[in-house]
Amino acid sequence: MPIGHDGYQVGTGFKAILRRDLTSVWRNRSDIASPLVFFLISITLLPLGVDPSDKLLAVIAPGMIWIMALLATLLSLDSLFRQDYDDGSLTQFILSPQPLYLTVLAKVIVHWLTTGLPLALIAPVLGVMLSLPAGGYWPLVLSLIIGTAIMSLIGAMGAALTVCLRSSALVLTLIVMPLYLPVLIIGSNTVSSSVAGFGAAQGLALLGAALAMALLVMPVAAAGALRISSNH
Amino acid sequence: MSEPLLTLNNLSCERDSRTLFSGVHYSCPPGTLLQIVGFNGAGKTTLLHTVAGLLPAACGDVRWRGRPIAQQRQAFYQDLLYLGHQVPVKPQLSVRENLLWLGALNTPATEAAIAAALVEVDLAGFEDSPCYALSAGQKRRVLLAQLYLSRAALWILDEPFTAIDKSGVLKLEAAMARHATNGGVVLFTSHQPLAMAEFTTLDLSAFQLSEQPSEEAI
Repeated sequence: MPIGHDGYQVGTGFKAILRRDLTSVWRNRSDIASPLVFFLISITLLPLGVDPSDKLLAVIAPGMIWIMALLATLLSLDSLFRQDYDDGSLTQFILSPQPLYLTVLAKVIVHWLTTGLPLALIAPVLGVMLSLPAGGYWPLVLSLIIGTAIMSLIGAMGAALTVCLRSSALVLTLIVMPLYLPVLIIGSNTVSSSVAGFGAAQGLALLGAALAMALLVMPVAAAGALRISSNH
Repeated sequence: MSEPLLTLNNLSCERDSRTLFSGVHYSCPPGTLLQIVGFNGAGKTTLLHTVAGLLPAACGDVRWRGRPIAQQRQAFYQDLLYLGHQVPVKPQLSVRENLLWLGALNTPATEAAIAAALVEVDLAGFEDSPCYALSAGQKRRVLLAQLYLSRAALWILDEPFTAIDKSGVLKLEAAMARHATNGGVVLFTSHQPLAMAEFTTLDLSAFQLSEQPSEEAI
């Protein structure tokens, strides 16, 4: 090939990584099932372990579904950059004219599409199991869609910081958990306040603002952490 | 003498606060084929990482077309093709899909160009094979196909001959020589004797600190 380039189109790599990861995930479909199965089983067991009465379940339903969604997301974080770190793809990401921000963003989008979005979409079924009152379904799905996206973004930063550690699960949890707490509090509150008749608009607006913030900050933080991690 | 493309300017590198080598001065004009030699642990890979900008230099800097690479990352990475020890080939994807995403990070490749490159690395007909079905040598050849696709001027190849058979080594050497003739620069490491006629070597053992400071001195 002749030497010399005619300008690199920023975004080419973004699309390629998006396509690459979605294809990989699709071919290994069973891998993404585990957070989903964890979510389903834990919620199914709740009425059996606590108390099957509608009255109690309706009160704790928003909080329980949100907590389980948070734990299911946490479970899937460690693998976010692990394979790319082990096989050297990460080095290629860094040595590309494409900004690392976009590459990280592509990975986060795939992570959310394969964990957060499915969780949010099956949440209404689990709401029925926990006899969630009728007013809570739409706020539950919407708050989970936004909330899991925030959690994927925050998680990317944690996963990037810990990718060079051999046993990273505990450290990752400790880094990410404090940042997840506000999301959990606002998210489950959105659902319960709308069940109580106060509407969900305020909570969803707060979550939306948090998402905008996380979109700007977290990929930058993750990209910086990946540059450091790649040296170890 | 033409303007050097790549310049190592008084470069020192350390790993875990141990100085591996210091004071490396070297200019690579277009057409340089440079083999980095040294014993195991001399810092060959560290030098290549530093030149690629993956590691900060302890002292000195690396210049590309006369400017330090830290000031022009994006332009420098457009000119760089880096193949390391690791094989970033996803097992679930086919050979073509892997070359497409690797290419998209630097020089986007067309289907026809990929087919031609796979002929060069003796993988013709494997376009749609999933990479988990390939042998270690064939996976390396998927990576080496990038040499025929990339338009980068600087090739950094860390042990490119690993797991490659004899005829493959000869082809690879020919590709490196052709790149140098075209006005590119190749930096590589290898422990194999090479059949290539024209290449220079940079021996890192010459840049070791002659006296390690003793514990008492500190």
